[in-house]
Amino acid sequence: MSTEILGITVLWLFLYGYVIVASIDFGAGFFAYYGKRTKKDHIINHIISRYLSPVWEVTNVFFVFFFVGLVGFFPDTAYYYGTALLVPGSIALILLAIRGSFYAFGNYGYKDNKLFLFLYGATGLLIPASLSMALTISEGGFIEIRGDQVVLLMKELFLSPYAWSVVFLAIVSVLFISASFLTYYADRANDIEAKQLIRKFALTWSGPTILASLFVFISLRAHNLRHFENAIDLWWMFALSFIFFVGAVYLIYKKKAYGTAFIFVMLQFFFAFFGYGASHLPYLLDPFITIYSGYTNETMGIALIIAFIAGLFLLIPSLFMLMRLFLFDAEYVKGRK
Amino acid sequence: MEFDSVFLSRMLTSLTLGFHIIFATIGVGVPVMISIAEYIGIKKNDPYYILLARRWARGFTITVAVGVVTGTSIGLQLSLLWPSFMKIAGQAISLPLFMETFAFFFEAIFLSIYLYTWDRFKKPIYHWLLSIPVVIGSSASAFFITTVNAFMNTPQGFELANGIITKLDPLKAMFNPATPTKTFHVLTSSYLTSAMILAAITAFAMIRGKRGVYEQKALKLTMVATLLFAAGTALAGDLSAKFLAKKQPEKLAAAEWHFETEKGADLILFGTLDKNTHNISNEIRIPKALSFLAGNSFETEVIGLDQIPKEEQPPLWIHYLFDLMVLIGFFTLFIAAVYLLLLKWKKGNPHNKPLLWAIVASGPLSMLAIEIGWIFAEVGRQPWILRGYMKVTNGATTANNVGSMLILFILLYIALATISSIVLNKMFKKKPAEVELNERYAHMISK
Repeated sequence: MSTEILGITVLWLFLYGYVIVASIDFGAGFFAYYGKRTKKDHIINHIISRYLSPVWEVTNVFFVFFFVGLVGFFPDTAYYYGTALLVPGSIALILLAIRGSFYAFGNYGYKDNKLFLFLYGATGLLIPASLSMALTISEGGFIEIRGDQVVLLMKELFLSPYAWSVVFLAIVSVLFISASFLTYYADRANDIEAKQLIRKFALTWSGPTILASLFVFISLRAHNLRHFENAIDLWWMFALSFIFFVGAVYLIYKKKAYGTAFIFVMLQFFFAFFGYGASHLPYLLDPFITIYSGYTNETMGIALIIAFIAGLFLLIPSLFMLMRLFLFDAEYVKGRK
Repeated sequence: MEFDSVFLSRMLTSLTLGFHIIFATIGVGVPVMISIAEYIGIKKNDPYYILLARRWARGFTITVAVGVVTGTSIGLQLSLLWPSFMKIAGQAISLPLFMETFAFFFEAIFLSIYLYTWDRFKKPIYHWLLSIPVVIGSSASAFFITTVNAFMNTPQGFELANGIITKLDPLKAMFNPATPTKTFHVLTSSYLTSAMILAAITAFAMIRGKRGVYEQKALKLTMVATLLFAAGTALAGDLSAKFLAKKQPEKLAAAEWHFETEKGADLILFGTLDKNTHNISNEIRIPKALSFLAGNSFETEVIGLDQIPKEEQPPLWIHYLFDLMVLIGFFTLFIAAVYLLLLKWKKGNPHNKPLLWAIVASGPLSMLAIEIGWIFAEVGRQPWILRGYMKVTNGATTANNVGSMLILFILLYIALATISSIVLNKMFKKKPAEVELNERYAHMISK
């Protein structure tokens, strides 16, 4: 495997990690707010906050990791994306800042403050929407070079069916991933009421998720035929993704093996995400940057990969410890610790 | 008035960094203090110190949250506001940037565990052990990110031709000449400032009449730490000046209004400058001290601004920043020394009002010194963004909307600053230390 491919695979893996952990977090924020509004907060909110408190900061790091790594492996992306994404990027940053800090304000300072909870819930849906913008513009057609300026074509972006289908997919998958995880978590905690409610959320959002994926496919065909045809060549990955989706929904519907169901959801998104990523290659930004044209110095690429492997030796045991203490410790989950 | 993207990008970057370093400094220093307090508490079986660690840790959660989100902002803003710079620098310094996020990751994981496992272990020392990776992670991330800044001051380990980097040596770039003094100075001054801020909070409580055992122990611990860290910071500052004299003479020369290269150069404190004639008045002049500062001998030759091309000279107002930073540094050292002398001296009263007020003042002053020190370091390398390679004007974004983004971020930071202060304040008022002590550790105090 060439170092370019290795580099982008590593980064994609991290983005996938972020998609999963952040979805749980974003969706949980929304459900917590929804619970408050519909006066069901006494049922679900303690479950949500028990899970979120120890992990919200870690979630954020996955994201930082991805963009620092991207600029490191492919410095050209800093130039094109950096210039084009000034406005959407800044807005996403402000939303992230509001979300992160108000979580802490709400949780450690003002318990149950409605405004804080609202900001936390609302940003949970707006952030995926604004971050998915970067994926949309990577398909090409939304950036123009004028002289030495890189210009984002806001109007085209706003009127593009493809852009909207991606935003829609981002939001509904956040809700689906989150609900299927929280169902499992509530089940571990033996909290029957919470489980019933969140299970309903999971089933509700499963349909829109698969519909939105279809929309993305159809509109991709109109927007970027090359990418679409590459994706068709990798049909088996999307087929696997669909099979895992069906399996997950079946298990949740039949009220059994919620843990396995959530693993199926993770696999569903794993195959869809990697199928999407692989068919996108070699372009990082169609048609300006490919993984070959934008690759950093070979020396730096290798140094980064070594640092990455060394870092994993540190991170995996630590993450494992975090999960053992807070996710898989039945006593903690049940609220006895 | 119209501002161009370069100016606005500089403003937005300084705003974000200026806001972030308040929380970053606390983020690096406070874990050290928490860890020390908990260790003493466990070793001496003293509930006061454990409660101290606990309460500091609780307040720390709020500052960490703001530190994380503003850190994310500056991380991404580097690419959003300085795309051309990052395209070049990304090839040379992504290794320490990458490692910084690793260190941050490591810290985040163990901080989460630390905060939620206070009563989960049978042996309290196990819980204390969790604070070690937090300290290592926060200090390591400060170290790595400072090497990136050091690289911008003294770039090395690569060759640049037409925007393409060749002959790269990532480790040489990371361990450049500015790295040792800069990282040393950043770490000691962060520890110092955090200790000083915790001392200031305690002193303020004492002024308002809370003079219990808890407060007295807190003040003693933080002031001893202040004295040690202030001494470390002074040493680091001295080494930094010697480094500047050798490797970045234009920064030192502008800071000291040193116009002519000479041996036996005078050190100038304060004073005013006539912009046209370069005549200095109202100054305190210490003969030959600058030479001593630069090279440990009164006869060291110090390069003056006469050897630097006009368009590569930093602005001369950085002199005031340099003076103020050094002054505050010595003030904290002095205050800590006075307090400890009064504490040792049997007839002394270390808790007298004027001294307590001075301690209260030196908390915010130390933070001010951090800000001033960074402005001095950054403005002192103007007009370069990558000294000797790329000027600031060539690194900025060409996008048009920087102005409106600047306004949005100003509003964001005002909101974050206000609300986090209110939340912190309320957090500690709700449950005073003595109440919490009786709730948690009644069994330990009575015996």
